[in-house]
Amino acid sequence: MKHTLSVLLRNKPGALSRVTGLFSGRGFNIESLCVAETLDPQVSCLTLVTRGNEQIIEQIMKQLHKLIDVIKVSDISEGEYVEREMVLIRMKAEAGTRAEVLRVIDIFRGKVVDVSPTSYTVEITGSESKVRAVIDILRPIGIKEIIRTGTVAMARAPKK
Amino acid sequence: MKQLTLRTGKPGVHNHFKEEPMSKIKGAKAIVQCLVEEGVDTIFGFPGGVILDLYDELMDSPIKNLLVRHEQGAVHAADGYARASGKVGVALLTSGPGATNGVTGIATAYMDSIPMVVLTGQVPRALIGNDAFQEVDIVGITRPCTKHNYLVSNPDDLVPVLREAFYLASSGRPGPVLVDMPKDVMASLVAYPEKTEIKMQTYQPTVEPHPGQVAKACKAMLKAKRPVLYVGGGVILSNSSKELTELAEKTQIPVTMTLMGLGAFPGTNPLSMGMLGMHGSYAANMMVAKSDLLIAVGARFDDRITGRLDTFAQEAEIIHIDIDPTSISKNVKVDIPLVADCKNALLAINAWLDSSAEFDKAAFAEKHKVWIEQVQEWNAKHPLSYQDEGEIIKPQYVIETINRLTGGDAIITTEVGQNQMWTAQFYKFNQPRQLLTSGGLGTMGYGLPAAIGAKIAFPDKTVIDIAGDGSIQMNIQELATAKQYGAAVKVAILNNGYLGMVRQWQELFYDKRYSGTPMEVTPDFVELAKAYGAVGLRARTKSEVEAVIKEALAINDKVVIMDFVIKREECVFPMIPAGRSTTEMLLA
Ligand SMILES: Cc1ncc(C[n+]2csc(CCOP(=O)(O)OP(=O)(O)O)c2C)c(N)n1
Ligand SMILES: [Mg+2]
Repeated sequence: MKHTLSVLLRNKPGALSRVTGLFSGRGFNIESLCVAETLDPQVSCLTLVTRGNEQIIEQIMKQLHKLIDVIKVSDISEGEYVEREMVLIRMKAEAGTRAEVLRVIDIFRGKVVDVSPTSYTVEITGSESKVRAVIDILRPIGIKEIIRTGTVAMARAPKK
Repeated sequence: MKQLTLRTGKPGVHNHFKEEPMSKIKGAKAIVQCLVEEGVDTIFGFPGGVILDLYDELMDSPIKNLLVRHEQGAVHAADGYARASGKVGVALLTSGPGATNGVTGIATAYMDSIPMVVLTGQVPRALIGNDAFQEVDIVGITRPCTKHNYLVSNPDDLVPVLREAFYLASSGRPGPVLVDMPKDVMASLVAYPEKTEIKMQTYQPTVEPHPGQVAKACKAMLKAKRPVLYVGGGVILSNSSKELTELAEKTQIPVTMTLMGLGAFPGTNPLSMGMLGMHGSYAANMMVAKSDLLIAVGARFDDRITGRLDTFAQEAEIIHIDIDPTSISKNVKVDIPLVADCKNALLAINAWLDSSAEFDKAAFAEKHKVWIEQVQEWNAKHPLSYQDEGEIIKPQYVIETINRLTGGDAIITTEVGQNQMWTAQFYKFNQPRQLLTSGGLGTMGYGLPAAIGAKIAFPDKTVIDIAGDGSIQMNIQELATAKQYGAAVKVAILNNGYLGMVRQWQELFYDKRYSGTPMEVTPDFVELAKAYGAVGLRARTKSEVEAVIKEALAINDKVVIMDFVIKREECVFPMIPAGRSTTEMLLA
């Protein structure tokens, strides 16, 4: 099962490598990882997507929590949450395909952020599955390169 | 990402750090002052360029600064000192090769949760990352084998970091903490804030047991017909042998211990079935396999204990008391977890039972009578034993004789291999902190330096390293350290001319193909002893064994090496082959 973990981490040299070292050292897998500062510059937030059965996820959470630099660990995929990923895609844009590229981008509400005589660079944001869908559709038209950010996610605000 | 750059500045660790003007002192001096404040009286170390300021300061301090002969020896000695005394051990190493030589020692302490602070010198901050002379990223190297580690990049963090290091090393589940200190930091002026209680936002071990869980555990004990106490090193680390013994005795629950747990419960108590696991006793493994309630206290269900996981203690409900939540349900699914310091948990359980109307000592003894009889029957059927072979020295006999002649009262360290397992089986440890052995990592070369550390902590105690002829050569140079500081340890070498334990596996599972295990050349240990200014004794026949041990025990002012020429191809039994069920023991 896929799980999305949100980890608050003291923003210290080496803190991130403690997290990644834990995953490689104990044979846990990381599907994606996204880190940046929070409102408090001394704290980073890390969104980590991993897979495993209940027992493995429980171990991962406990092991993360045991790291001295980790402040808080939550499995946000346990409740309702929103997730977003951004992808930059450089498309081959030749006379015959330009219109098609633009049409697809438009459907997915992406935008063109850079243009050259032979390529468009487009930006698309959405859930991980939407990002995958876009890539699948654009692939036959001619993708030169893609860069994905990995997922960031946030638990839904309480309704009341 | 800016957090990955090497920066000074003060990220918010030190909430105990008060920002007020204060006079500054030299870093190296502050370190020494801090160590004294933490109650450190002994350091084991080896100097080098970047750590000279600190060595200079140590010269005028009350701290004993002992020079080892290899950095691995320094860390094991600090470890032995810590295990024997319960205090935080301290090792001091220089940068680069000094630090890397210490890594095996650090990993050894980490696997066995030993409180230790390792101080390493580092090249000056301006050179870090430049492949400077004797620069190595020791914080990176030891990240997976320390409880936590630090590179002190801001001089004013030095003192708070050291305090935090001691706090982390000794609290919660203990472990080694490494502090890497650049040379220029030790040479600069640093703040020396007043010591206040350390509170860390991100580190708050759960030490008090949940009352609801305590009640659940106790109720399970009230119901159980075939309960077993499975005791690990956590009981020793938390100094809760007394509470454990009280529980076992008043409930009449039989006890088995892991290698790390030996001594937590008296080995001569009739309720003790000795060690369990790969080389555990028949009775211990059988009773765990057949129990209906397994009470694990400060043990972690290591693969050497459980054998094949899906057949381990199949009929048992499992209570697991441990301070480390990651240990719980890691290998074996636990029914009643109790996250707490073992001492608090045992105190709470004892108190619950004492105040419960349902608990009655006599009734419990009656309830467990059949079970105890069954356990004793197993024990009588297959006791730990060995074949006497006349004048050929059997290693088990050597250990039994050492046990008898020391009154079971010596501090024993071991190396790793058959020597370690025979010691665990045949020396009856009645006190905690009496057996110092590398359990988790199984580090050959641990025993001699650890014995030195223990002897420094307890100069009046008899300290014996029970060694193999292979392992002893891994840190033999520490004989000079022992001599220099009058640490009159004894070394009993069970000399079989083999890497015996590996040979045993080859005998049993590789068709007796002894690839790389015969030691065709070993030094003459008696002559070697002389070369190091120690006394060398040798026994070649069974009838010489007792005399040699007596002679060694009578010498109190010199290191003594006893070389026992033992039966070459003796095996350790019982044995559960790796990956098999615990009931599938090879008995001979
Ligand atoms: C540093 C290290 N290297 C290798 C091993 C693997 N090993 C385990 S026991 C053993 C044999 C030890 O030989 P010896 O010290 O003579 O003890 P014996 O088993 O003969 O009593 C070896 C090589 C180890 N435990 N530690
Ligand atoms: Mg040997």
